[in-house]
Amino acid sequence: MSVNQVSVFLENKPGTLNKLTEVLADNKVNIRALSLAETSEFGIVRMLVNDVFEATTVLKENHFVATLTPVLAYAIADEAGDLNKLLKKFSEIEVNIEYMYAFAGKERAYMIFRVNDTKKAEALLKGKGLRSLTQEEISAV
Amino acid sequence: MGKYFQEEIECAPLEKIKALQDDLLPKQVRYVWDNVPYYRKKMEAHGVTPDDIKSAADLHKLPFLSKADLKAAYPYGLLAVPLRDCVRIQSTSGTTGKRVIVFYTQEDIDLWEDCTARAIVAAGGSADDVCQVSYGYGLFTGGAGLDGGSHKVGCLTVPTSSGNTERQIMFIMDLQATILCCTPSYAAYLAESLKEMGYKPEDIPLKIGIFGAEAWSEEMRRDIEKTLGIKAYDIYGLTEISGPGVAFECSEQNGMHIQEDHFIAEIIDPDTGEVLPEGTQGELVFTALDKKAFPLIRYRTRDICTLTREKCSCGRTHVRMTKPKGRSDDMLIIRGVNVFPSQIETVLMNQGYAANYQIIVGRVNNTDTFEVKVEMTPDMFTDNLGEVQARRKILEDGLRAMLGIKAKVTLVAPKSITRSEGKAVRVIDTRKI
Repeated sequence: MSVNQVSVFLENKPGTLNKLTEVLADNKVNIRALSLAETSEFGIVRMLVNDVFEATTVLKENHFVATLTPVLAYAIADEAGDLNKLLKKFSEIEVNIEYMYAFAGKERAYMIFRVNDTKKAEALLKGKGLRSLTQEEISAV
Repeated sequence: MGKYFQEEIECAPLEKIKALQDDLLPKQVRYVWDNVPYYRKKMEAHGVTPDDIKSAADLHKLPFLSKADLKAAYPYGLLAVPLRDCVRIQSTSGTTGKRVIVFYTQEDIDLWEDCTARAIVAAGGSADDVCQVSYGYGLFTGGAGLDGGSHKVGCLTVPTSSGNTERQIMFIMDLQATILCCTPSYAAYLAESLKEMGYKPEDIPLKIGIFGAEAWSEEMRRDIEKTLGIKAYDIYGLTEISGPGVAFECSEQNGMHIQEDHFIAEIIDPDTGEVLPEGTQGELVFTALDKKAFPLIRYRTRDICTLTREKCSCGRTHVRMTKPKGRSDDMLIIRGVNVFPSQIETVLMNQGYAANYQIIVGRVNNTDTFEVKVEMTPDMFTDNLGEVQARRKILEDGLRAMLGIKAKVTLVAPKSITRSEGKAVRVIDTRKI
């Protein structure tokens, strides 16, 4: 299962990211992971949240432009070498990673990948014994 | 029908047109004096009576009407006939905030439809054509005007109105439509959609496009012509004067013939109101010679263009106007080039952005800086940074093609462009000149 990532357009100037977090905070949306890509003028915030529907609804109401992007999330052991093992499997199936980000939990670490063909990548990785996390699992981390 | 819809008048010798105008204008001025107290008061204040208007040469003695008058006289103040004689209104949202409502008698509609029929025939249309009218129907004059003209020519008229692109394309392909009437930006959009669906110009049955109601460039014309495999003709008009068809292009595509048996055109200096000689650029002013319900005299269009009486090889003798560059009161001069916000709007809409933008002009080291802020829309946003950048670059290229100078496009958050009274503030000019 792929996970829905919320991608939001932000102007690259002071206060815009805070405005976003304020809207999410006011609506009790919890951000599980966050990554920022930027140019000199604008940026894209990518995040995993506990409630995708609520997040996109309140963002729209507050005039943010947001879109949902399917990403793959995998849990690995939080120790040296485990990311390397995971990426080796991506290499073996020849899947190109557009971008990735990561966060560490109490026991495990979580890797989030954007690839161009999510379904295909997921199926091939499953064949290598890797199971991607569901939306619920990510929310529960 | 051949090359002309009404050859006798469209190709009449200049003397005959002048004689007709000399006959009609004094009568029309007296008609307005008798029936429109609003304009009579203006004439009185100006110290002129119908007795002073003996021929078309006396036109310059009369006071102007402007958008402000339409606003002041809203809704019935400029109506010259009882409502029982009116059969239709058309309306435009106008840029001054107040709606413009224009009334028509059946005669007025006939006159207007004659003009659009002339435009269709001038573009090469005939009763053998299937004419798809993709202008909006309803209050907007585009749909009603071309629909009526298409009937008069005898085309099979396909009244699709605007929007619903898939359905438009289905009708074009299934009915083998040969004429398309719509705004140039919508034509560009349809062209793009057909291209994306894999249709090549030779697969598309259209032969003729009649496009108007907004500013468009020669580049845009060539693009649309190439993608659809058609010849694209410009048509001009304004609701206040009747609607599209006041002027239109012929096969020469070198200026639009103004229908001088119904309308007298003048070019004035927008600042002084002085009438300018032929060939000089200025503000276009229209007088309707034989309209009954809503007969405007010396109406200032705010459109900037020039007129020419040079002989046209199509055979039509009526004066030609150049494509208006835009409205006189919102033109900017940036790096020596005239820029009209409407041109920017055309590019934005053409590329799928909302027409919400702001132009910021400044001056650094004696050079003008030119930035266009464009609000991001859900349609144009993607999670892919490179793709967003690429779309921005396409927009910059489009603006450069339209304006001839480079603009820096900045993508901003939705609803972030300042609005006052519900209308966007379009231009911020910080140059101290």
